Amino acid sequence: MSGRLPRWVTLPAMAALALLYVPMLAVAVVSVNASRHGFAWRGFTLAWYARLLGDRSVLEAAWNTVVLATASTAVATVLGTALAVGMSRYPWPRWLRAALDFTVYLPVVTPDIIFAVALVIAFGILRAVSGVFNMGMTTMIIAHITFQIAFVALVVQSRLATIGRAVEEAARDLYADSGTLLRRVMLPLMMPGIAAGAMLAFTLSLDDFVISFFTAGPESTTLPILIYASVRRGVTPEIHALSTLIFLATVLLVLGLERLTTLAKE
Amino acid sequence: MTRLVIWYGELTTPRRLAMRGASLAAAPGLWLLVFLVMPLTAMVAVAFATRGTYGEVVWTLSTGNFRRLAGFGVLGWSADYLLILGRSCWVALVTTVLSLLLAYPLAFFIAARPRRTRYLWLAAVIIPFCTNLVVRTYAWMLLLSSQFPLARLAAAAGLIDPGSALYPSPAAVYVGMVGSFLPFAVLPLYTSVERLNWSVVEAAQDLYASRLRVFLQAILPQTLPGLTVAVILTFIPAMGAFVVPDLLGGARYMLVGNLIQQQFGSSRDWPFGSAVSLGLMLLTLAGLFTMRRRAATGETA
Repeated sequence: MSGRLPRWVTLPAMAALALLYVPMLAVAVVSVNASRHGFAWRGFTLAWYARLLGDRSVLEAAWNTVVLATASTAVATVLGTALAVGMSRYPWPRWLRAALDFTVYLPVVTPDIIFAVALVIAFGILRAVSGVFNMGMTTMIIAHITFQIAFVALVVQSRLATIGRAVEEAARDLYADSGTLLRRVMLPLMMPGIAAGAMLAFTLSLDDFVISFFTAGPESTTLPILIYASVRRGVTPEIHALSTLIFLATVLLVLGLERLTTLAKE
Repeated sequence: MTRLVIWYGELTTPRRLAMRGASLAAAPGLWLLVFLVMPLTAMVAVAFATRGTYGEVVWTLSTGNFRRLAGFGVLGWSADYLLILGRSCWVALVTTVLSLLLAYPLAFFIAARPRRTRYLWLAAVIIPFCTNLVVRTYAWMLLLSSQFPLARLAAAAGLIDPGSALYPSPAAVYVGMVGSFLPFAVLPLYTSVERLNWSVVEAAQDLYASRLRVFLQAILPQTLPGLTVAVILTFIPAMGAFVVPDLLGGARYMLVGNLIQQQFGSSRDWPFGSAVSLGLMLLTLAGLFTMRRRAATGETA
């Protein structure tokens, strides 16, 4: 990239960054303010954070959020990878391939609220038929896996496309059986794609509110649902502390993952 | 005698190949069938059912939900629901355009940073991208509340009553939406801008093209792949937005996401909610399709 940018490019760029960060900064400042009502500065305190850590419902919601993201990512990564390999490495009839492609793209091009609603209906029908599928942690994990599979499959598929098939053919020519081919050739080559897909799935799960909100039960509150509920009830200083902690956790997660990917490249 | 085929270096039979492919794709395929295709089909079916007295689904085939969505109620025609649908399209469109107007400069700005620090600037966009939407929307509520300088400034200028907040209001919805979906526009644009062939831009400048023409004819065609992804990633979530209009818009500036939530929440009218969801799905696809055609014709113009 050549030279310095003119001011009519840098100013909107700075405005965009301000739009992203000023609100979070305001929350962070308020979260260490000693004043309980109103935002006039009454001195620095960490009391709200201390109180947060003593709140059982918050800790439970945090635990639920982590369990939900981890469990759904683990399942979706396996299923999404299998789908990507199955779809792109075998000679399917054309109609079946088209149907699979369409299904995988569906979650990408429809607003998430539609899936949430469709799953509410489906779980309702399944509940009426079988008596299980009460709204709770299980339904939430199922819902998350469903939209994560598609994203993992798309990421792994694009990785498979860049690998190409020459390596596979070479391995076969050297008498590799299917097991060896998978373990020693394909999996190591696919790993960056699988890791990227898993990271995407994990962040999508942490990012999600709408699907969790619709498919959650009374005992499976996650952090976003907790914050949403308390915003509607009237905000307490603890919520500012909680929001700030979530934001800081995201910062650490992003920087950590970025560190990992640069290390992996070297 | 079974037919043998050579499939990328492996001597095998079509049957074996199909078995192995199916064993890989069966589990995820079945999962998507049960929890994605069937729920969506059920939603379409429920949209043609009716609501019972206690909010249960009564399986009588009717198009009443769609007639109601089009405004034909028991009290005669009203534009309420159509207004909500139209408003959602308009808000999503404005959000997409505003996000792109901010995302282009930011993408260029990041691409112009020295290689050593560029990843930090990129992380500055990825971090809000990964922060939960509820947290970010609440942050806007706080920033627009009555005790913060923005609301005081607006009150001093006579735009709002003194002591009141800047939300709920349409303006707050736009600000919140752009703030939420901006990172979705920046990241794909950045990947295109990073690969930009600058000699084309310089050639245009050497030939005395105006700034607008440089952008339209040297930069825009090159960044079109990123632009397409950016539009898809901003427009779709903006169409179905629920958190931002719920927290920043209030009851008077309802979007289709809130209408759907209402039907599945307090109103307990699943059939009508399904019909609205179906309408949203069709509108989203139609919107994407027109924008794609616009982009395609704009490219050749």
